[in-house]
Amino acid sequence: MQAQQTLIRSNRFRPWEPVLWLAALAIPVLLPHYALIVNEIAIVALFAVSLDLVLGYAGIVSLGHAAFFGLGAYTAALFCKHVSPDPHLGLLVAIAASALLGLAASFTVLRGSDLTRLMVTLGVALILLELANKLDWLTGGTDGIQGLVFSPVLGLFEFELTGRVASYYSLGVLLILFFVARRLVNSPFGATLQAIRDNRLRAMAVGIPVHARLVSIYTVAGGMAGAAGALFTQTSGFASLDVFEFHRSADLMLMLVVGGTGWLYGGVVGAIVFKLMQDALSSITPQYWTFWLGLFLVVLVLVGRDRLFKPWTWIRRGR
Amino acid sequence: MLTILFDGIAYGMLLFILAVGLAVTMGLMNFINLAHGAFAMVGGYITVLLMQRMDVPFLVCLPLAFAGAALLGAVLERTLYRPLYRKPHLDQVLFSIGLVFMSVAAFDYFVGSTQQIVQLPAWLKGRTELGEGAWTLGMGHYRIFIIAVCAALTVLLQYILSRTRFGSRLRASVDDQRVAAGMGINVNVVFLSTFAFGSGLAGLGGALGAEVLGLDPTFPLKFMIYFLIVVAVGGTSSITGPLLAALLLGIADVAGKYYIPKMGAFIVYSLMIVILLWRPQGLFVRQGGKA
Amino acid sequence: MSDAADSVPVLSARGLIKKFGGITATNNVTLDVRRGARHALIGPNGAGKTTLINLLTGVLTPTEGRVVLQGEDISGLAPHERVRRGLVRTFQINQLFVSMTPLETLALVISQQRGRGATFWKPLGGDAEVARRCEELLAQFHLSEVMNQRTEYLAYGKRRLLEIAIALACEPRVLLLDEPVAGVPAGEREELLQTVAALPADVSVLLIEHDMDLVFSFADRMTVLVNGGVLTEGSPEEIAANEEVKAVYLGHEVAHG
Repeated sequence: MQAQQTLIRSNRFRPWEPVLWLAALAIPVLLPHYALIVNEIAIVALFAVSLDLVLGYAGIVSLGHAAFFGLGAYTAALFCKHVSPDPHLGLLVAIAASALLGLAASFTVLRGSDLTRLMVTLGVALILLELANKLDWLTGGTDGIQGLVFSPVLGLFEFELTGRVASYYSLGVLLILFFVARRLVNSPFGATLQAIRDNRLRAMAVGIPVHARLVSIYTVAGGMAGAAGALFTQTSGFASLDVFEFHRSADLMLMLVVGGTGWLYGGVVGAIVFKLMQDALSSITPQYWTFWLGLFLVVLVLVGRDRLFKPWTWIRRGR
Repeated sequence: MLTILFDGIAYGMLLFILAVGLAVTMGLMNFINLAHGAFAMVGGYITVLLMQRMDVPFLVCLPLAFAGAALLGAVLERTLYRPLYRKPHLDQVLFSIGLVFMSVAAFDYFVGSTQQIVQLPAWLKGRTELGEGAWTLGMGHYRIFIIAVCAALTVLLQYILSRTRFGSRLRASVDDQRVAAGMGINVNVVFLSTFAFGSGLAGLGGALGAEVLGLDPTFPLKFMIYFLIVVAVGGTSSITGPLLAALLLGIADVAGKYYIPKMGAFIVYSLMIVILLWRPQGLFVRQGGKA
Repeated sequence: MSDAADSVPVLSARGLIKKFGGITATNNVTLDVRRGARHALIGPNGAGKTTLINLLTGVLTPTEGRVVLQGEDISGLAPHERVRRGLVRTFQINQLFVSMTPLETLALVISQQRGRGATFWKPLGGDAEVARRCEELLAQFHLSEVMNQRTEYLAYGKRRLLEIAIALACEPRVLLLDEPVAGVPAGEREELLQTVAALPADVSVLLIEHDMDLVFSFADRMTVLVNGGVLTEGSPEEIAANEEVKAVYLGHEVAHG
């Protein structure tokens, strides 16, 4: 039947998808000194994809996604320090904790305009930053929690200095969670999210329980961002206040703007571009690279994402 | 306790002057401008640098701070902001974040990242105390000055809005841009002058506030949330709304940090979230008006 | 005329009042829609017809009064819960999901309708029944050729058809149509009118329209709303002969809404 075939086809894997993932998995072996940056990219890509679920698919403008990342990071750190150095358990606990935060925080983004949502999400992130700062007996305050040592991945592979194990660990988690997200957005549930994003009024008028759906996706996204935070701590051995910083949320939005929202791979592409750009720029101007980042953002918005990446449209003026 | 109240009022009035430009431009252009704090920073640095490098007296620096920030605002509005009015909020947020990053890094590069010290003129230093015991009211002279200046500006703003033709054009444009344009009001000019004026006020606020709030390149980031609180809680359809919100915020912040220092800023953020959840359109929005 | 109680009304408004500050938009409206009715709601612009629809569907909360659906008081229910119980509406200005294709739109609405809206593990096209119903509806509303075009690129007439197809996909018991042919060019009205006329007999329809030709050919009962309140109610013949109604429309060109 034609209708069903068309719908199914949009869910099928494009040919370049396995290529991308295989290439990613091959790099730490073929180019070992890139292992560390692959690890960073994988972590930030996971973080970006989790925001895409909320921003690109549900239409919620959030400036405080770092809250979940940070909670995941600190949970993993505290779990390792006080309970067990097993990274897998720590990861699961961190996901659970940040999903819970997502659940609680979701009620704050259900109503209000874009501005109030921006504020409220920012506020939640700032509250967590303050808490992490002030509860220094738990979190180490401005020093953070350092010197964490985790047991081997799958009981076999120890984290080592080259970062190869770390990068595979992060890539593995990214892969699994990415495909969970992919399943999610191609399902009826995902379609109802897009309906909510496109026209909330109509979504209600066709029987979609808008609030319930938003709560669910915010919870899921929170958990995923928490996973990214946990990976960060587990592959670097420390957690500090920096994980709650505003610039993390801001960088994330930049990645999604570059990569595009609403197609999941936007987060991945954006993460790759962002990290490589950051790497290149900060080796040139280590202290002031945020200036060039800001400039890039300004130009990107003014010129428009589509036109920026199609240089031939620069010549012709006019809309 | 009265001193806390007094300090809170001074802080609140300062926040109001800093944020009122943002409230008006948000209500007018429906543009979320997170870079508003950068204009305040510009005003602050103009003041500090003129005082330090060229020995310009403090009082003279204040109008210069206003003028400098206003000029910058006018230029940026015409060139960068205007093409973005129709764009989705996300784009506007990103754009203004980009500007913030640029300004923070630029000031860091040219002026350095240390806190700037403002040498107040002698007649502004000092303190007067009234009352005794628990009811002592300690009033720093500089804070009295701030309250006076800000109160005067508030009266001036209210006068402009309600008594002048520009004010009525502005209010018409806020209410309904298309109708206003259809009535022959040059909306572009209204936008430009309002944005410039709002940025100028921010600059003035930055100059006034340098001594009280501190001044370093991270100023726009540190205080962004406060300006946004004033606008979100106070609403964008009047100036009394943001005024009340700013006073509330100022007092809550000062009191919170004094009485519960461990949880100082925490109180403010939680309060903000609670208020926004209770009244998503802001606390002081008039019925039937646009929030 | 007193209403013959030959069937329990399927939808009732009981004393609905809606005030916005000092303005009374809906003034003590009591209205019954019978099972299988083709009931038209008419009145001059600004009479409060759309406000009434918003009250019935839960988009607005009444200041006073109740809404009863099939004997159940639904006044406290959220809009999506009313849809679940079979009360569905269309919008005067198209409210569509612009980034999705008609096929995707209908698939998601039908999935939601069948209780599969929360299914997150299977793909949208995974249910053959849903897909079959999609094809049916697309054919019925002449949308099959454009089913894979993003809604934002569709012509206005097709958008209007989709607007109504979405409502039908919700399997309504009571359908509230808010000016279905508004803005539709004369050539495409027929298509739309036929589809509206072909609605199943057990679906009760409340229709807001300005086009009097459509109203008189379609309706078996009419309610006239003026300044937020019910002026009168009756069969089309009664309404056509009513002097008060004529006075209200005096000076208004009635032929084209």
